[in-house]
Amino acid sequence: MTAPSAAAAPPSDPAGGAADRPVLEVRDLVKHFPVRSKSVIRRQIGEVHAVCGVSFDIRANETLGLVGESGSGKSTTARTLLNLQPATSGAVMFAGRDLTKLSRADMRPLRRELQIVFQDPYAALDPRISVNEIVAEPLRIHRSFGADGRGQVRELLRLVGLNPEHGNRYPHEFSGGQRQRIGIARALALRPKVLVLDEPVSALDVSIQAGILNLLRDLQEELGLSYLFVAHDLSVVRHIAHRVAVMYLGRIVEVAPAARLFGSPAHPYTQALISAIPLPDPRRERARRRILLTGDVPNPISPPSGCRFRTRCPKFAGQLTEPERNKCVDEVPELVDRGTGAPVACHYAEPLHLLDSPA
Amino acid sequence: MTEPKVLEVADLTVEFPTEDGVVRAVRGVSWTLGAGETLGIVGESGSGKSVTSLAVMGLLPAAARVRGSVRFAGRELLGLSEEALSDVRGQGISMIFQDPMTSLNPVYTAGHQIIETLRAHRRGMSRQAARERAVELLDIVGIPSPAQRVDSYPHELSGGMRQRIVIAIAIANDPEVIIADEPTTALDVTVQAQVLEALERATDETGAALLLITHDLGVIAGHADRVGIMYAGKLVETGTVEDIFYTPRMPYTLGLLGSLPRMDRPEGRLTPIAGSPPSLLNLPPGCPFTPRCPLAADVCDATEPPLIGTGRPGHDAACHFHDRLVDAAAGEVFATTSADAGGEGSAP
Repeated sequence: MTAPSAAAAPPSDPAGGAADRPVLEVRDLVKHFPVRSKSVIRRQIGEVHAVCGVSFDIRANETLGLVGESGSGKSTTARTLLNLQPATSGAVMFAGRDLTKLSRADMRPLRRELQIVFQDPYAALDPRISVNEIVAEPLRIHRSFGADGRGQVRELLRLVGLNPEHGNRYPHEFSGGQRQRIGIARALALRPKVLVLDEPVSALDVSIQAGILNLLRDLQEELGLSYLFVAHDLSVVRHIAHRVAVMYLGRIVEVAPAARLFGSPAHPYTQALISAIPLPDPRRERARRRILLTGDVPNPISPPSGCRFRTRCPKFAGQLTEPERNKCVDEVPELVDRGTGAPVACHYAEPLHLLDSPA
Repeated sequence: MTEPKVLEVADLTVEFPTEDGVVRAVRGVSWTLGAGETLGIVGESGSGKSVTSLAVMGLLPAAARVRGSVRFAGRELLGLSEEALSDVRGQGISMIFQDPMTSLNPVYTAGHQIIETLRAHRRGMSRQAARERAVELLDIVGIPSPAQRVDSYPHELSGGMRQRIVIAIAIANDPEVIIADEPTTALDVTVQAQVLEALERATDETGAALLLITHDLGVIAGHADRVGIMYAGKLVETGTVEDIFYTPRMPYTLGLLGSLPRMDRPEGRLTPIAGSPPSLLNLPPGCPFTPRCPLAADVCDATEPPLIGTGRPGHDAACHFHDRLVDAAAGEVFATTSADAGGEGSAP
C-alpha cells in the first residue's frame, strides 16, 4: 500500500456503509498483575486486579472517552488492548482477529493500524534523533519509507501544525505542546485506523492543551480516525468524546453518549465525579450541588465484594435499606441498560440532572 | 475591601543567577491580602506564582536575589533573621504545599506532629491538652474517627488524608494567613473536592486569610474573592473573581478562559493561545505576551504596560489595549486554528 500524501488523502474508510459497525471490540478484558513478597524468594502473594472484565466498542470515526481516577485501570486497559502487555483473559477483536491471541510477530502488521500517543511528550521521544527521523522511524520499520519518504514526513509535520522547515531539529528544541504534536505526527505516519491517546494533554498547560484538542478534532475529521481517549479530566473528555465510559477500580460503571452521560448520569460514582469537577464560572460554580464522597479508593489487591463502589457510595450509605444494601454486598452489578437508556453497573441506578447549560 | 491588610507585597522581584545568565522569575509584583480574604494567584508553569509564595515565606535558596517588600501585620519580613522568620511562620503564616509528604515527617504520627506544632508556640500547653486539641483539629479538617487517626503514621494514610493532616497542622496555631501552593494538584478530583472543603472549613474556623496559588481556574472560581493572573513573572490582571471571569481586560486572561474546555459548554472550538511563554532568561523589552497576542502593535514591543485601572475599582490590567476587550469574546479575539502558529521550534 503506498501511502498518499497525508493531507490530500481521503479518509481510509469513508464512513458511509459501515458507519455503525465497530472498528474495535473489547470483550471481557481482564488484566491481573502479580504482587510478590519482598523477601529473597519473591513468592507471589496476591494479585492486583487492575482490569476486571471490561467490554466496549469503538466505532468508525468515533471518539470513545475512557475516564477514571488514578488506579481505575484506564491506562492498563489501553495498553492491554494494544497487546503492549499480555491480557490475562478476554478478547480484543480488530479486523476479524483477536489481538490478545497474537504473537509479537503477528501483531506487527496490525500495529500499522493501531497507534498510541503517550502522556509525557518529553519521555516518549528519543532525544538523540531529529524530528524528521522520529516521524520517519515507523515508516522505515514497516518498510514504507520510499522515494517520497521525505515528502511524507514534511506533509505529516504540516498536518499536525508544525513547520516542516524545523524537521532537522531535536526534541529538546521544542516546547511541550510542540513535542506532543511530534508524537501525534509519528503515530499518524502509518495512516492508522485507531489511535489510542493515553492522557495526551495532561502534561500541558491549558493554553497549549486547547491547540492539541482542536488538532485532534481536525485530524479525526480529515482522516476518518477512531480514538480511544484515556483521561482523568472530564472537562477535556466532554469536549472531545462522542461516547464516554467511566471506570472505577477495574470495571466500567457506566457508558453513554457524552451529552447523556454528563446531562443525566445514572451511576452514583459518575454523579460524584461530575459534581466534583470545578466549573470555571464563579456564579455557577458556587450555586452547584456537590456530592462529596467519603473515604478513598480501596486497595485493588482485595477489592470489595459485590459492587466495588459501595464502600464510598453516598447512596449505599444514606438512602438504601438494609436488604437493598445486601444486594450491593453480595451481587456484582452487571453493566446493562436498567431502563435509563444506557448501560450502567448499579443495582439502583437513577439518572440525576447535575449540569445546566449556561444561560 | 476596607478590612485591614494582613499581608502586603510591594514591588517584589526574585532573580536566580544561573550559568546561562540571570533568570528573572518574579519581576515586580505587588498585591495585598485583607484579613479573612481569599486571594487566588493563577498562572501557568513558569509564571512565577510559586516563587512569589516561597519568597513571602523566606523559603527560597540562598542564591536567589530577592528585592522589594513583604510586610506581615505591618512588619517587614524580607531580611529578617531565620530565627525571627521561623516565629512568623509558625504563628502568623503557615503554608500548605502540593505534596503532603514534603511537609510531614514519616517517622512521627500525625498527632505527634500536630502536638509538636501546638507546643512549639505555646510553651505552657500540657501534653494532654495538646492531644485533645489535635483530635479537634483533625475533626475540623474532616478526618473520620479522629481519636484513632491521631496515632496513624503518614504512610498509613491516603494522599487526601495526608493533605488534611497538613491543613490541620497549618491551622494549629490560629494563623493570620495560610498560603496554599497547588494544594490539590496531586489529588484525584473527588478527593480534591474533599480537601478544598476541608480547607474552607479551616479558614472559616480560624478566620485566616488564604493565598491560594493554582493553575486550575475552576478551583479559583469556586474559592477566591479576588484573583491575580500571572504571566512571565508579573501580575497582568487583578480584580474580583467576577471581574476576571466575566469581564477580563487582558488578552492573556481572555485567551486562558477561552482555551479551557468546559463540562457545561461542550460545543464550539476552543481558542488556544499560539506559541508558548517566553524564557525568563533574556526577556526582550516590551510586553512579554506580545508574540502570542492577537492585539499586539508596535507600542507593545517597545514598552511593557504597567498594571493600570480599567475603570472599575480594584480591577487592573496590564495591557495597552485593555479597553478594546470590553465585551469581547475569546473566539473573536483569538484564532481557533489548530496549527501552532507562533513561536515555532524555539524551546521556552
